[in-house]
Amino acid sequence: MNLEKVVFAFFIVFAATLNFGFFIGDIDRPELHNVYELFAAIVVNMIATVLKFGDRTQIGAVHLSTSLVADIQLIAAAVTWGVAVHVTGTGMTPEMTSSVVSLSGGALLANIVSLVILIVETVMMRR
Amino acid sequence: MNSVFFLVLRRMRTPLILLIVFYAISVLGLTLVPGVNADGTPAPPLSFFHAFYFISYTATTIGFGEVPQAFSDAQRLWVTVCIYITVLGWTYSILTLLSLLQDKSFQHTLAASRFSRRVARIRTPFYLVCGCGETGGLICRALDLLGLDFVILDTNAQRVEELDLEDFITDDPALAVDASVSGNLLMAGVRHPKCRGVLAVTNDEKCNLAIAINVRLLNPEIPVLTRVRSPAVADNMRSFGTHHIVNAYERFAEYLALAVSAPEAFRLIEILTGLPGSPLPAAHRPPCGHWVVCGYGQFGQAIARYMSLPGIRMTIIDPDLAGPPDSRLVKGTGMEASVLQQAGIMEAVGIVAGSDNDIANLSIAMMAKQLNPKLYVVSRQNQAANDLLFETFRADFSMVHTRVVAQECISILTTPLLSRFLAAVRQADESWSKTLVSRLESICEGLVPLVWDILLDADTAPAVYKMQQTGKPVTVGALMCDIANRETCLPAVVLTVERRGHTFLLPEDGFLLENGDAILLAGQREVRSTLNLTLKNVNALDYVLTGRDHQGGWLWQYLFEKEGRGS
Repeated sequence: MNLEKVVFAFFIVFAATLNFGFFIGDIDRPELHNVYELFAAIVVNMIATVLKFGDRTQIGAVHLSTSLVADIQLIAAAVTWGVAVHVTGTGMTPEMTSSVVSLSGGALLANIVSLVILIVETVMMRR
Repeated sequence: MNSVFFLVLRRMRTPLILLIVFYAISVLGLTLVPGVNADGTPAPPLSFFHAFYFISYTATTIGFGEVPQAFSDAQRLWVTVCIYITVLGWTYSILTLLSLLQDKSFQHTLAASRFSRRVARIRTPFYLVCGCGETGGLICRALDLLGLDFVILDTNAQRVEELDLEDFITDDPALAVDASVSGNLLMAGVRHPKCRGVLAVTNDEKCNLAIAINVRLLNPEIPVLTRVRSPAVADNMRSFGTHHIVNAYERFAEYLALAVSAPEAFRLIEILTGLPGSPLPAAHRPPCGHWVVCGYGQFGQAIARYMSLPGIRMTIIDPDLAGPPDSRLVKGTGMEASVLQQAGIMEAVGIVAGSDNDIANLSIAMMAKQLNPKLYVVSRQNQAANDLLFETFRADFSMVHTRVVAQECISILTTPLLSRFLAAVRQADESWSKTLVSRLESICEGLVPLVWDILLDADTAPAVYKMQQTGKPVTVGALMCDIANRETCLPAVVLTVERRGHTFLLPEDGFLLENGDAILLAGQREVRSTLNLTLKNVNALDYVLTGRDHQGGWLWQYLFEKEGRGS
């Protein structure tokens, strides 16, 4: 067992689960989507991205790009949230909530792709 | 570039993760710690937006103060922690990046990737020079003078840095790596479509051999020039078809023998194969008679083999009593007066101080000269660093290893026409060589002339081609007229004209040139560009042919001709 691989898989799975946790629930109800969960999803996603740095293989490149996509979508969701609450002052209306959650849904898709790659990679590895 | 980028990213993983974690902890803490209003009532904690804003300017030590409102003591407590951990995180990241930039292997990767990009971008023909010590330096300077591009590989990093200080006109990438590794050769452009040849001129025989094999396998199309010392390695190279094997000992011995048997022909070869731009060497006239050769190593053997000419008797002085069967042998090094006398130094006409130790050679030469002041002294100089000593001593003929190799390489590279011309010179009689030598000496003002070739076709000489198409004959004499004043001749000599396998040596001024002729010239460096103008510019060519001075381009000519017709 390789500790580095454990950490790597841990962060990829953790990023996906946190993202899923934020995403699940009615799309337009702000009380079902916790801001701390979004924050945790962003942080774990960024750490997962950095862990994927410096791999020149094809699979490594796809890994990194899925992570970058997830980062962008999650940060966009956070910015939308911040704009809604602090800039325009509309607050978390159902429209704003649904756009934040749908952005995080896109990130979830990227994270799922990342998960699939991780699983495929593991299955293909032979002893 | 790619590999460097990934290397940086890989090394930056830990600091970046640390930074993300520290930021996350700080921001999270700020969103949990309650604040206080101006009137002392408790206020809700900062939102994520404000927390991130605050941490962003605090972590980078900008410090706008407590916004949007004064903090509670609990918040201040937490911010104190945040300041320390985030500043720590940034410092660690920056220090890691700086140490990465200073890392030797990282810098080498950076230099290598920059080098390979520069090589890939080369659009003109170039040579790959492996080993840029004394020999390589001489070759590079000569190539630069000839206007040829080159790529340099050398194992010595300091030497490569020194190359930056050399004032080369052409753009020449250099890299400090081992040239015998095939990956490095590939990076230096062995398979580059513009690579014209590889020169393996390192000091290390094994390295040269490895380069030759690599190039033969990686790109069999391009020629390899290798420098060798020992005949065994030379045989090995010949076995897999190395194109040019440069053995300085053999070459020098051959020249010495030629200088004895045909001094004028040798003088001519020496002028034509010298390094362009260096001072013209003094004429060598080694006499015929009894010669003493000190040292029977590879150099001594080559000398003995080539000097076995009619009228020459040889005595070999060697500490191991080695020598050819038919010559006299004396045991010793040659530094002792008694040994020299025993070898017959008093009756000898010449001595070859040919050991592999420069100081020993000088000592032999000085001792011999003392015993017999009329002696012709040939000394072998192994290291260019001893130039000053040898210059002060003034041997009649010095064999400088690096210079012989460099001259040989340049004369091979310059043009294949030259080697055919030199072969003809070796057959020619002495008076012919003498006339040509005096002609060359008069035009080149004490410097070794540049030797170059021109192919007369529509591409390289469009003006000549056009003239010939319209039926106007172009002669050698016309080409050699100065375009500033056609009464004077350019300081250059047309050595040969080659036409469909026929060679015309030293064509007369009235010799008619045809399309497809290859011309070999020797002359001052400036002539090359002047002649280029004559070959390419119809007006210039017309002037040297007829003396009429056309002015302007096609528009002027069109108007001028119209006017002429109208009046």
